[in-house]
Amino acid sequence: MEDMISFENIIAGYGCTRILDNLSFSVSEGEVFGVIGPNGCGKTTMLNVLTGSIYPISGSLLFKGREIGTLASHKRCRLGIGRTWQIPRPFAGMTVYENVLTSSVHGAGLSMEQGAEKAGGVLDEIGLADKKDTLSGELTLLDRKRLELARAMASDPSVLLLDEAAAGLTENEAKEIMSLVGSLKEKHYTVIWIEHNIETMLNATDRLMCMAEGRNVICGDPGEVMESEIVEELYLGKDI
Amino acid sequence: MYVLQVIINGILLGGVYAVLGLGMSLSLGIVKLTNLAHGEYIILGAYASMLLQAWLGIDPFLSLVISVPFLFFAGYLIQIFLVNRAMMSGSEPALLVTFGISVILKDAMLLVFGADARHIATDYSNITVDIAGLSIPLLNILLLLLSGVAILLLHLFMHKTYTGRAIRAVSDDREAASLSGISVGHTLAVACGIAAATAAVAGLCVGMKWTWYPSSGGHYLLIAFVIVVIGGLGNVAGTFIAGIVFGLMQVIGGASYGLLISYIFLIVILTLHPHEALIRFLDRMKSTDRQKTANGLSGSGFVTVKTQTEFKSEQKESSDAT
Repeated sequence: MEDMISFENIIAGYGCTRILDNLSFSVSEGEVFGVIGPNGCGKTTMLNVLTGSIYPISGSLLFKGREIGTLASHKRCRLGIGRTWQIPRPFAGMTVYENVLTSSVHGAGLSMEQGAEKAGGVLDEIGLADKKDTLSGELTLLDRKRLELARAMASDPSVLLLDEAAAGLTENEAKEIMSLVGSLKEKHYTVIWIEHNIETMLNATDRLMCMAEGRNVICGDPGEVMESEIVEELYLGKDI
Repeated sequence: MYVLQVIINGILLGGVYAVLGLGMSLSLGIVKLTNLAHGEYIILGAYASMLLQAWLGIDPFLSLVISVPFLFFAGYLIQIFLVNRAMMSGSEPALLVTFGISVILKDAMLLVFGADARHIATDYSNITVDIAGLSIPLLNILLLLLSGVAILLLHLFMHKTYTGRAIRAVSDDREAASLSGISVGHTLAVACGIAAATAAVAGLCVGMKWTWYPSSGGHYLLIAFVIVVIGGLGNVAGTFIAGIVFGLMQVIGGASYGLLISYIFLIVILTLHPHEALIRFLDRMKSTDRQKTANGLSGSGFVTVKTQTEFKSEQKESSDAT
């Protein structure tokens, strides 16, 4: 299958601090690609590089074979990259519907009517249609996570980046959000999914990458990765 | 009757002040930019109306058809070519750029128009209307209507159009907006263009109501600041109310004490935060209503309803913990 995303020796960081250190991996079309690793290993930074929130210092970042390392964030969104955050960031002063509509019009480049139709469809799909007139700042954490997923989906992405979708949720809420994320594969999205709740993620991912100190230390079948010595050492706090 | 006359005069004058603060409110609240050139935009708007009246012989109100788009594009271009680039390096360089633009515009106007005081006069400038024993200047009524229409249109634009929603999204979270496909640079420039366009309306009001010089911009910039602080950043409706409050203070204080009272009020606002107290009060009222409803529905006292403030602080704590 064609590579949808490809990181080739990416070095990136914030100011003088280098976070990603020659990170290389690729994700195929339609794949659900899980990313795990200890806190501070660079998982979120990897997503930030992919969305254009920070630019790589060196290396090559390819999206469908096209170099996007210096492309502005909004152009990456229009190309087909959607994202959610660990702590949801809906536009608090807007209603749920307006949040999603903004994304469908500007991100997917749809006309007014098409955008409204798309927004309505996504809200139905994600289960927020009954709250479409609620101000997003007044939603519960679970609903804000749902809204963020809806907003990302409304921009018509081919790749969805999920940053700890289950973080901060109760067990039942996490199950709900996980089932939503699980359904993304059936809809043929390519997904890059960061999660600390590894158990819940294992069954849904095609491949799993473990990061440490900004590098890809092991990548492959989720079961094999989890049983590998290197992951065990990382999570038990031993030196790699 | 005298008190009523003062209140009416204050409200009518408040319309002009509201429109003065409107552009600054957009700049500060949405673009997060202290645009020191906003006063000069207002004066430029006044000159534009004056020239259009002199050259084309059109009514100053009709001159807005030309002066509003003119200042919109001026504001848009200045933002996209100068201020946006400076904003990449932080807010201080952007502030200095707007200061530079202010100086350039002021000197350019001085060079072109000279230092003479100007005023836009019309046939109806001095007409007064007698309503129920109250003597009301027709011009003040027209300016209040103009201000109200400008504020209403802006409110509708921000809430009913896709560009307006994009502006609100960028104001809320630039990174998230960008990842929703919104071009932040272009959207900020549109917001600044709109702020400059409102300055054209404000310029007309200033020109018809008072006299002005090329160097008058600083005075109106200061008034705009006060109104924005009273009304709340980026809050269009708040700006209108703040303008009315400011107008009332001007009329009550008169020429001698009007500004003094306004600035004392500003200090009170800045130190006591009555906005927050009001929001807390409204939250508490809502909470009480919901508590009653919830208890009525559940038939027990176990249903607790949180206030928005409590809810938000809990959400924040939960996020912090995460």
